[in-house]
Amino acid sequence: MTSNRRTRTQGLCLLAPALLVLGALTLYPTVWVGWLSLQRRMPIFDVNRFEGLGNYVFLATDPRFWKAAQVTVLFTAVSVALEVAGGVLAALALLGVRTGARIALSCLLLAWALPSVVTAKLFEWLYNPAAGLVNFALGGAALNWLGDPRLALPGLIVADVWRTMPFVTVLCYARLLAIPADVYEAAQLDGAGAVATFTRITLPLLRRILLIAVLFRTLDALRSFDLMFVLTGGGPAGSTETLTVYAYRSLFQAVQLGLGSAVGVVVFALVMAVAWGYLRALRRGGLTV
Amino acid sequence: MGVPAGAPARGAHGVTLRLPVAKRLKAWAVLIPFALYATPFFWQLLTSLKPEAELMVLPPLLPSRLTWEHYRAVLGQSVMLRALVNSLGVGAITTGLALGLGLFGAYGIARYPIPGKGLLLLLIVGGTAFPQIATVSPLYLLMRALGLRDTWLALILANTSFALPLVIWLLTGFLQEIPPQLEESASVDGASRPRAFRWIVLPLLAPGLASAALLTFLFSWNEFLFAYTFTATEASRTVPVALALFPGVFEVPWGDIAAASILASVPPVALVVGLQRYLVRGLLSGAVRE
Repeated sequence: MTSNRRTRTQGLCLLAPALLVLGALTLYPTVWVGWLSLQRRMPIFDVNRFEGLGNYVFLATDPRFWKAAQVTVLFTAVSVALEVAGGVLAALALLGVRTGARIALSCLLLAWALPSVVTAKLFEWLYNPAAGLVNFALGGAALNWLGDPRLALPGLIVADVWRTMPFVTVLCYARLLAIPADVYEAAQLDGAGAVATFTRITLPLLRRILLIAVLFRTLDALRSFDLMFVLTGGGPAGSTETLTVYAYRSLFQAVQLGLGSAVGVVVFALVMAVAWGYLRALRRGGLTV
Repeated sequence: MGVPAGAPARGAHGVTLRLPVAKRLKAWAVLIPFALYATPFFWQLLTSLKPEAELMVLPPLLPSRLTWEHYRAVLGQSVMLRALVNSLGVGAITTGLALGLGLFGAYGIARYPIPGKGLLLLLIVGGTAFPQIATVSPLYLLMRALGLRDTWLALILANTSFALPLVIWLLTGFLQEIPPQLEESASVDGASRPRAFRWIVLPLLAPGLASAALLTFLFSWNEFLFAYTFTATEASRTVPVALALFPGVFEVPWGDIAAASILASVPPVALVVGLQRYLVRGLLSGAVRE
């Protein structure tokens, strides 16, 4: 008993420094941001008072907030759908590569590993109206990709899909490699075509890993910030302003710490709600993640 | 790329290998879509080597000559050079700190009977899902109150806070793959627990540590929001921040920006090409474990 208690104390001692850091730098700020969101703080005007739910009441009728929420949801839904579809296709293509699979994987992972600020610069240059590769590839089109409110969000989504699809590909590829070849041979002997093999064998085997990939990617897309902040800055005309960009602008450009924090709390709640709902749905579906 | 595969076969065996050569060419052709996928990066690489006068003219796709002028311009200013030093320093120290704290924490979770262990691990995993945008305002106030604005330490602490949950998660998984019996039999033979840890666990854990270190360094190198918010001058600006704030007085210096982006991409590219195995292993075990 005493030795048991001693090892338990030892274990806690090993864990304590990490917990201390996480408590001070993650947990404490998370509680603090909730408190900040209940205040009206504008350091420039020397305003600093408790406001209760005032910031949230303001957001509830703030058209800019609802527009940002809409952009966030649209961005997340379309990006994740394209990433998953593209990720599966790329994984299947990668499976067909006999020579140089490492090189092929390098080309994909490269896109994933770059800083998102670099990705933003890459695409800003590709979308350049005068000398961009995209307009050139479209036969000398003069489209102003990032300056046109109708084109900016699709342009942003393409950049995000390019950057994050390889993550889905790697997960699927690893899963597919683990499937023994005789599963496919048996399917072939039974006369299953390519489509039937894909829908009856490949997809069910990928189901679990795809659900994980969708969860990870959805959470990431909801809280992503760097790419849109650097590529479009939320513009033009707010067409790419997500909740994260709105929060940042309120916090550090309009210097309304209370309001910006309230938007941050909304993003936090959204991410946690999605994660929780998703895990619950999986449990009910008999799948444990 | 194609040379090492095709050349020896053709020379050595002549006619009989005509089919394999065609087959090999086909095998390499499969790679073309993947190479094309990386076009945005290669295009930026080409742009960074184009003479200034040819930047805004398209076609032609290929420049008349290659030049280092943009790299010279970027490395000639102190901004980018200093940013590279800052990013390397912050990345290295963050990695050391997160791995040090994470290794002991993970060992505690994996090997000791800690009450509420499952819930604790769940909370730590949940920590990886925390949106940075929610913690950035309190952390900013905290850094300001501690007088840490515009210092490496602010970035190291902030980056450690978001890297640590991942490190603990990964290392706990890797540790659970190592049978505890190995250490127990060592202690029967008279080795103390720290000795068993040093000489038995650590060598077996090395590949896992490498994966965790790579991912931590990569995330720290790429991190933008905290670095953008907590820094104010060259003294602590990291590469992504310097790139986002790249100065252009009258017109956008696309060539210099391209050169700076390529410089910012060197460590990630080196990791992907040189240490791919560890990177993929880290990615997979981060996602696939229950």
